[in-house]
Amino acid sequence: MTALTNMEDYVSESDSDYTSYWRDWFISSRGNEYFCEIDEDYLTDRFNLTGLNTEVQYYQYALDLVTDVFDLDCEDDMRETIEKSARHLYGLVHARYIVTTRGLSKMLEKYKKADFGKCPRVACHSHPLLPMGLSDVPSVKPVKLYCAKCEDAYNPKSSRHAAIDGAYFGSSFHNIIFQVYPALVPAKSVERYVPRVYGFKVHAAASLVRWQSGRREEMRRRLRRLEVDTGFRDGDGEEGDEDGDVEFEGVDGRPAVVEGAPVR
Amino acid sequence: MSTSSAAPESWISSFCSLIGHEYFAEVSEEFIEDDFNLTGLQTQVAMYKEALEMILDVEPEEDDEDEEEEDEEDESLIGEGGEVAGRERRHHSRMASDLSVIESSAEMLYGLIHQRFICSRAGMQQMSEKYELGHFGACPRTNCMQARTLPVGLSDIPGEETVKLFCPACLDVYVPPNSRFQTVDGAFFGRTFGALFLLTFPDYDLTKRGADVMQDITSRISGHPEILNGFFAKNIAPGLGAGHVYEPKIYGFRVSERARSGPRMQWLRERPGNINELDEARLFAEQNPESEDDEGANTNGRVAVVRRRAPGNARLRQRQQQLQQQRQNGSPMALSTNGAESEL
Repeated sequence: MTALTNMEDYVSESDSDYTSYWRDWFISSRGNEYFCEIDEDYLTDRFNLTGLNTEVQYYQYALDLVTDVFDLDCEDDMRETIEKSARHLYGLVHARYIVTTRGLSKMLEKYKKADFGKCPRVACHSHPLLPMGLSDVPSVKPVKLYCAKCEDAYNPKSSRHAAIDGAYFGSSFHNIIFQVYPALVPAKSVERYVPRVYGFKVHAAASLVRWQSGRREEMRRRLRRLEVDTGFRDGDGEEGDEDGDVEFEGVDGRPAVVEGAPVR
Repeated sequence: MSTSSAAPESWISSFCSLIGHEYFAEVSEEFIEDDFNLTGLQTQVAMYKEALEMILDVEPEEDDEDEEEEDEEDESLIGEGGEVAGRERRHHSRMASDLSVIESSAEMLYGLIHQRFICSRAGMQQMSEKYELGHFGACPRTNCMQARTLPVGLSDIPGEETVKLFCPACLDVYVPPNSRFQTVDGAFFGRTFGALFLLTFPDYDLTKRGADVMQDITSRISGHPEILNGFFAKNIAPGLGAGHVYEPKIYGFRVSERARSGPRMQWLRERPGNINELDEARLFAEQNPESEDDEGANTNGRVAVVRRRAPGNARLRQRQQQLQQQRQNGSPMALSTNGAESEL
């Protein structure tokens, strides 16, 4: 079934609940914005579902519900349980689907639209995030958001999203997508915050910053020796510029200064 | 939004209870009434005098006969001159349209006073209470484990940046999660507050989450922790270092640094395994045994000598001693003999 006919059917039969196009309903309901739609073909290929029957309660009913062929008359309690299983099953298949070629390109579209939110770190300038799990085992850790610019994981802002299981995205997807689309790797930046009191750096923080800059330069040297792209576009001024961190703190009204420039 | 002086609530407390103004402390009237604290603000705020009156809920005098007297009062209140423009403006009767201008001026003026106030002793105290209650939210970074943040500005000049949250556990700044804070000017908090707060209250346990603190009252470090570079060593970026750095993995295998998409930013979240590596003064002394003030001392002796001279230690030591004696009485400001009061 193509997506187009799917849509038409959806419009004509939207009044009958439960049995009409469960996946459409699922991905468009509130809190499920991180999920993409899994192809029917993928869901109906049993190979893709290997091992999930032990993971999901009422596996067959749940699968029927997800693929819109569910027609069992049962109690509301039972229906609720099957509904829950269906969501769990969809999530687990989702983790497998998004690392396929089709799945990656669907998630890429969502990434480009910043459907997963933007990095809260000021120096990342609202770089779009990707959903990630810290574990591939269900019900261990909730979903986190990965920023490719600062390479760190953040908690989702909304509690609805914070409750989603991280295993529905898996711990590999956000790294695989950059292996498959290396052009998407954002330029890294040395821009960072340095705590100051009346313009003076705080010694403890500043010494840590110096140490970290040293580590960064070591890495850059290592990579250059291997002739690997270091990924830093700004401040390609090599070593020597240990104090070369670009800061976004304004001094005397200037919005940004290069550290090391005279500060009054 | 505008509160007349007839309202039971003061302008300041109604301003601070507005949605989006949750980060603000209530500046005390004494602080505002001290002209010294307002030095230089006349030139930054339009309709300064009216705005100041609004903040302090002073009923503006409207009759024309008193104008001479009033002007004298003005001068004594404001101190220096440069008020010609302000006086001119006062000849106009106050219209409703004026009121909204004054209202926005008052907000600007309050914000600028607030920037100074929160670096004063009383302001620090108020902000520390808000910090303890977790009013400023938690760090969004997963590895900071919900460490409490502090509101900071990236500029001291209004209109440049909105307020940001500084996380003492990772020493980084973040955009507040709620969009209502994206209309609050960062200059109303200023660049200094975040770092000065940590220097003023060195014994907060920075890893404590807001929720934990609600359960047990002590969110302060107890015992005799090691001191380094003027901080308790365990309080130097506790959210960074081994175990707190994200490692990219694919199917359980770490992504190599040599890959185009390999890790490049781990330095930002690193911290030496042995924090004493940051004791630059001691390391320098060890590597340069010939330097003049260390000659003749043996290694052990040298370490001890240099350590004692590390900046900021004297104050922390003193604090520690006092803390041991007076830990029960609670108020950290009562013990503070440091810079906070000199800001007043």
